[in-house]
Amino acid sequence: MKPYNNKAWWLVLPVFVLVAFSAIIPMMTVVNYSVQDIFDPSTRYFVGTEWYREILADPRLHDSLMRQFVYSFCVLAIEVPLGIIVALSMPRRGLGVPVSLILLSLPLLVPWNVVGTIWQIIGREDIGLYGWILNSLGLDYNYASNPRDAWATVLVMDVWHWTSLVALLCYSGLRSIPDVYYQAARIDRASSWAVFRYIQLPKLKNVLLIAVMLRFMDSFMIYTEPFVLTGGGPGTATTFLSQTLTQMALGQFDLGRAAAFSLIYFLIILLVTWVFYTAMTHNDNKG
Amino acid sequence: MRLRKSLVMLVYLLFVLVPIYWLVNMSLKSNREILGGLTLWPAAPTLDNYRVIFTEPTWYASYLNSLSYVSMNMLISLLVALPAAYAFSRYRFLGDKHMFFWLLTNRMAPPAVFLLPFFQLYSAVGLFDTPIAVALAHCLFNVPLAVWILEGFMSSVPKEIDETAYIDGYTFPKFFVRIFLPMIRPGIGVTAFFCFMFSWVELLLARTLTSVDAKPIVSQMTRTVSASGIDWGVLAAAGVVALLPGIAVIYFVRNHVAKGFALGRV
Repeated sequence: MKPYNNKAWWLVLPVFVLVAFSAIIPMMTVVNYSVQDIFDPSTRYFVGTEWYREILADPRLHDSLMRQFVYSFCVLAIEVPLGIIVALSMPRRGLGVPVSLILLSLPLLVPWNVVGTIWQIIGREDIGLYGWILNSLGLDYNYASNPRDAWATVLVMDVWHWTSLVALLCYSGLRSIPDVYYQAARIDRASSWAVFRYIQLPKLKNVLLIAVMLRFMDSFMIYTEPFVLTGGGPGTATTFLSQTLTQMALGQFDLGRAAAFSLIYFLIILLVTWVFYTAMTHNDNKG
Repeated sequence: MRLRKSLVMLVYLLFVLVPIYWLVNMSLKSNREILGGLTLWPAAPTLDNYRVIFTEPTWYASYLNSLSYVSMNMLISLLVALPAAYAFSRYRFLGDKHMFFWLLTNRMAPPAVFLLPFFQLYSAVGLFDTPIAVALAHCLFNVPLAVWILEGFMSSVPKEIDETAYIDGYTFPKFFVRIFLPMIRPGIGVTAFFCFMFSWVELLLARTLTSVDAKPIVSQMTRTVSASGIDWGVLAAAGVVALLPGIAVIYFVRNHVAKGFALGRV
């Protein structure tokens, strides 16, 4: 068991000060905005919970929240299994290891607005490879006018962009399994499914916790890529929470409402992540 | 079995590489060719797009700006996260679990929430439009992640090492720098890569906190729209050049990534 020592606080203090500076002060500002009606810096009125009540009744929030949940769910449902499959298929030794590591991490290193740009071009039916192929196959594919296609494109883009992260995490998790485990499984003539289910998956639990949480948080906050790709359209088909919020805060300069929105948004992420975190670390605390 | 695995890997790599190829392909074409029609490779390869980036001061200055705030952010994140991760991995203290989760919550705060307050905060302290402002702002999501990853690596180092070192008369700072840090080098490498990655590709905060002097490459790229439309060629070339530092970093930490985060409890 770890010793109890409050002097350890001194080691945490720099992080605390730094993060407090860039988190607590802005957060207080947001709280401050959310309870006031601000016309200009000198003319402001306290309005209490009015913004919250308005926001909670705002259909824009409901719609984009629904879209956001469906989107994040799809992202996790596709990327986590796919990432595990890719990690299982990675070469284990030789030149293939660094080569596939570097190739896999390429999408992660593309600036987010460029990710949007790439898919914007590649999905066009006249000058983009995928759009052209789909249309030659007789499918009427156009991400700019058809909501279903726009959704599919944003999803495929996210899968392209982030599955590598899950794969890299899982790969490093798999590498930490000692060879004796596999030898024992061979002696027992375990099927490859049994090896996966009873050896690899339990060992992956901890990296999967990171992967699932990171992917949930980031997909829930997604902004730049769909903004560049579809601009939230057609209509509002791919307008996710961050974009609704940014429109409100910067586009309409509706500070009070945007601030209330921000806090509700933050609380939702906090709640869902807390559930994940508690559920997945539950056994650690007992043991 | 092996064949099937290689096949899966090949198909996936193809899926990863086609869009990257398309980006490179575009960067070597003139705008007329890009918009003219579908061509699988450049009919008349040209380096003009790259020439624009390496000769126009706004372009290469924005690269340097990005590099400077990203390296500052990496440095700050590691410096503060290392001792904190040590504390979390070795001791229990008042509110440690809450503190750990609170740190994680900052990784969850949507940048969109913080845009306006950050703008006001950094303007108020006179840091607006400097690389240090962006570096500090990016700490919001990189420091928690760094603590999280490092804590896992540190937990995998046996506690007996610390105790032996103290018995041998090492003071804490000396032990930490001379013995402990070299032991978790892979962890530091992996953490540096993640800090680099998340800071390099972030657009929203970097764009909001800078205007002219410290303009990062990501926001310079959003300004390729001119009267004649978007300059796709230059945009693609900038994207390709933006990949290079990342490839260098992943090359340096490739063995560490392979060895694994998975040590310990992370």
